[in-house]
Amino acid sequence: MSNPPLLDIEDLRVEFATRRGVVTAVRSVSLALAKGETLGIVGESGSGKSVTSYAVMRILDRAGRIVSGAIRYGSLALQEADEATMADLRGREISMIFQNPRAALNPIRPVGKQIEDVLIRHAQATTDNARAKAIEALERVRIRDAARRYHAYPFELSGGMCQRVVIAIALACRPQLLIADEPTTGLDVTTQKAVMELIQELTRSEGMASILITHDLGLAGEYCDRIIVMEKGEVVEARAARELFTTPAHAYTRRLIRSTPHAANDVRDLLPDEDRQPARVPAVAAAASGEPLLEVADLVREFDVPGGLMQRFRRGGGSGPRRFRAVDGVTFSIARGESVGLVGESGCGKSTTSAMVVRLLDPTSGSIRFKGKELTYQQAGEFARSPLRRQLQMVFQDPQESLNPRATAAQSIADPLIRVEGLTNRARIRGRVEELATQVGLPCELLDRLPHQLSGGQKARVGIARAIATRPELLVLDEPTAALDVSVQAVVLNLLADLKAEYGMSYLFVSHDLEVVRLLCDRVIVMRAGRIVEEGPTQTLLSSPAADYTRELLAAIPRPAYLASHRHKDAAAA
Amino acid sequence: MADGSFAPVIAIAPAPRSALARGFAHFRYVMTSNPVTFIAFVLLTLMVLVALFGPSLVPHDPLASASGKALKPPSLEHWFGTDQLGRDVFSRVVVATRLDLAISISAVAISFVCGAALGAFAGFWGGWFDRLSGRLLDTIMAFPLFVLAMGIVAAAGNTIQNIVIATAVINLPFYARVARAEVSIRRNAAYVQAARLSGNTEGRILIMKILPNTLPPMMVQLSLNMGWAILNAAGLSFIGLGVRPPTAEWGIMVAEGANYIVSGEWWLALFPGAALMLAVFTFNLLGDGLRDLVDPLRRT
Repeated sequence: MSNPPLLDIEDLRVEFATRRGVVTAVRSVSLALAKGETLGIVGESGSGKSVTSYAVMRILDRAGRIVSGAIRYGSLALQEADEATMADLRGREISMIFQNPRAALNPIRPVGKQIEDVLIRHAQATTDNARAKAIEALERVRIRDAARRYHAYPFELSGGMCQRVVIAIALACRPQLLIADEPTTGLDVTTQKAVMELIQELTRSEGMASILITHDLGLAGEYCDRIIVMEKGEVVEARAARELFTTPAHAYTRRLIRSTPHAANDVRDLLPDEDRQPARVPAVAAAASGEPLLEVADLVREFDVPGGLMQRFRRGGGSGPRRFRAVDGVTFSIARGESVGLVGESGCGKSTTSAMVVRLLDPTSGSIRFKGKELTYQQAGEFARSPLRRQLQMVFQDPQESLNPRATAAQSIADPLIRVEGLTNRARIRGRVEELATQVGLPCELLDRLPHQLSGGQKARVGIARAIATRPELLVLDEPTAALDVSVQAVVLNLLADLKAEYGMSYLFVSHDLEVVRLLCDRVIVMRAGRIVEEGPTQTLLSSPAADYTRELLAAIPRPAYLASHRHKDAAAA
Repeated sequence: MADGSFAPVIAIAPAPRSALARGFAHFRYVMTSNPVTFIAFVLLTLMVLVALFGPSLVPHDPLASASGKALKPPSLEHWFGTDQLGRDVFSRVVVATRLDLAISISAVAISFVCGAALGAFAGFWGGWFDRLSGRLLDTIMAFPLFVLAMGIVAAAGNTIQNIVIATAVINLPFYARVARAEVSIRRNAAYVQAARLSGNTEGRILIMKILPNTLPPMMVQLSLNMGWAILNAAGLSFIGLGVRPPTAEWGIMVAEGANYIVSGEWWLALFPGAALMLAVFTFNLLGDGLRDLVDPLRRT
């Protein structure tokens, strides 16, 4: 780099004062960003990647403090700039895009007005032409019918649209530097692709520099020139993207690349060699025996569309409330010992389907037969007492949300043992709980902790231990790794594969992530708008998809060319 | 309950302390982290001690009148002075603590239990019961609450029991609404779904899984409401509905003393009024501390 860098961070150290003393979130981080360059900062939760960017913007919360180091933006030392300078800089020179677009927007103000606010604040527009400029900004992020969307409130827009609005706000004043903190987490893959391409195109055409903060190595590899890998507040590796993937120098980077499902052929490949255990010998004949365990036929679930009195009146009165079909005639079956992936984007009805299968929700019509017995005769509310309750269990998406905040890990795991198995002897319950904890790899000394005292991976293990406590024959996994870091995801996926082999369980694996499904499932069902689009064995479906929609989904997965080249030839075609 | 607490079996953990020790450590943490909470708890402890032992400690009989000593200003013998019948104001203020606290605590306890049950039921099952109870509570709230309490006491009779009931009734809607809102947002939370999968029946889920999690906001409501309940009971006595004259009670004492302020005998109304204020103040301060105590997220 011959030019002086646009942003230069030198030896940055950020500390947080907490109840347990001072915690160093970022220690001696140095990085430089040239004009027009795209830098990726990759790391797992707690690596300090977001804190670094907050320090640049000087929006650390009150407990946080820049202890030492320098942040130079051009000729300006940001670490000692006063608040007025920073307020002027934010939005005009440096802009930021946050993870949750809906939370970043003011819910009670039309989106157009929110863009105007920024423009007027930085004297980029007057009250006379602000509106025209705001509409122009909306058009730039390719929101169709921008003049009409100008009046929309955030809740009226989809997640992807909200993120476009946030980008429009961030770019309204044509800043020099754009910091995107996990801009596409929580968005569907196809939306993610659209949003990332938009950011890339806009930053290129404006000659902006940008920092992409993400946990997804694949995403960073596809869109960044250079990548910085952070671990525990330190930069472990900083290289050009291609080099990083082809010749990773640091052990942590290698582990991270390894855990990314894109490059793996098998679940076992996700773990570093030294942690890998030989696949346990299946206790039960694992291969799908052909005999169906679960048969779902013509399953339909409708929901009432909330509507005011006026809307109902306008629709012509007596027709009753409008119904929305979340699941629209779904038919599939799962054989004993088989694992089936249910894939689709948010709102496609996959979670509703799984909730009906585990009998948390009553279907509007259709049948669910488990080992030949019809389940829908019994109401969801009464199913707790059914002898089949123990056979159908579920692992939830968010490990934090799915544990009672007042119950210790042991109490959570013991709950099904007491309620379903009817165990009463305390010592025996404790014994079973410890046995289960060992099985899922949860250290027994953590059993008396409350959920918020456990890490994400530990909470996931508690959730899995609870679900397998009754030795179910069918386990529904609703995005069990969506909230986890890739390296934790790798461990959890392996655990699930081991448990399946050991117990001979069948899995219904609900996910939006085709790569994860590829590693774990024998068969894949692709859903869209409540219907099944395509169904077939994993290998065939992913390598030669028949439906356009499946092809679109596959194409949207960020997969840098040099990452795919690692994979063995048979999967490369996908 | 079987799933109460397990004795820690493994000794590798840094400090497998008993639940009691953990509870105490948490109590100490909450007290030391916020001085306001600490002050509030000290005041509360003082008040409870006074309510328990006050009547046996006071220097004078609160009901003994002495016409010769009527309307004496505060002195060494009568710290808060004497009233129009020569009774010692200090003794009367101290003795009244028990009655005032008893009325407000029992009233708040009744409305807490009934309100939480009503609101939890409505929030969990919804439907016609929710709509019906919601409108019923709206109706109660539509009355000026103090007037409603007056009406209840006037109609049902001038007894302490009726003051308690009246105070409980007018406070009920607040608890029911908080409980309903807190329960309905948790009704389909993932951990509640997980409890369903674990074979818990709906009733058990509501009582064992959801209600304990609604405690933190309920506690804030409870402590704010306590002060309000004390004021309400005193107010009823002040206007002559409720506790009858010879009994020592802050509200009546303020009411009786108010007549003498004009003629310069300020101590008759000031000291019971100050006691009332201090009690309300204490309970209002207590809110945050109580919430922190019952909130598991505040534990390390």
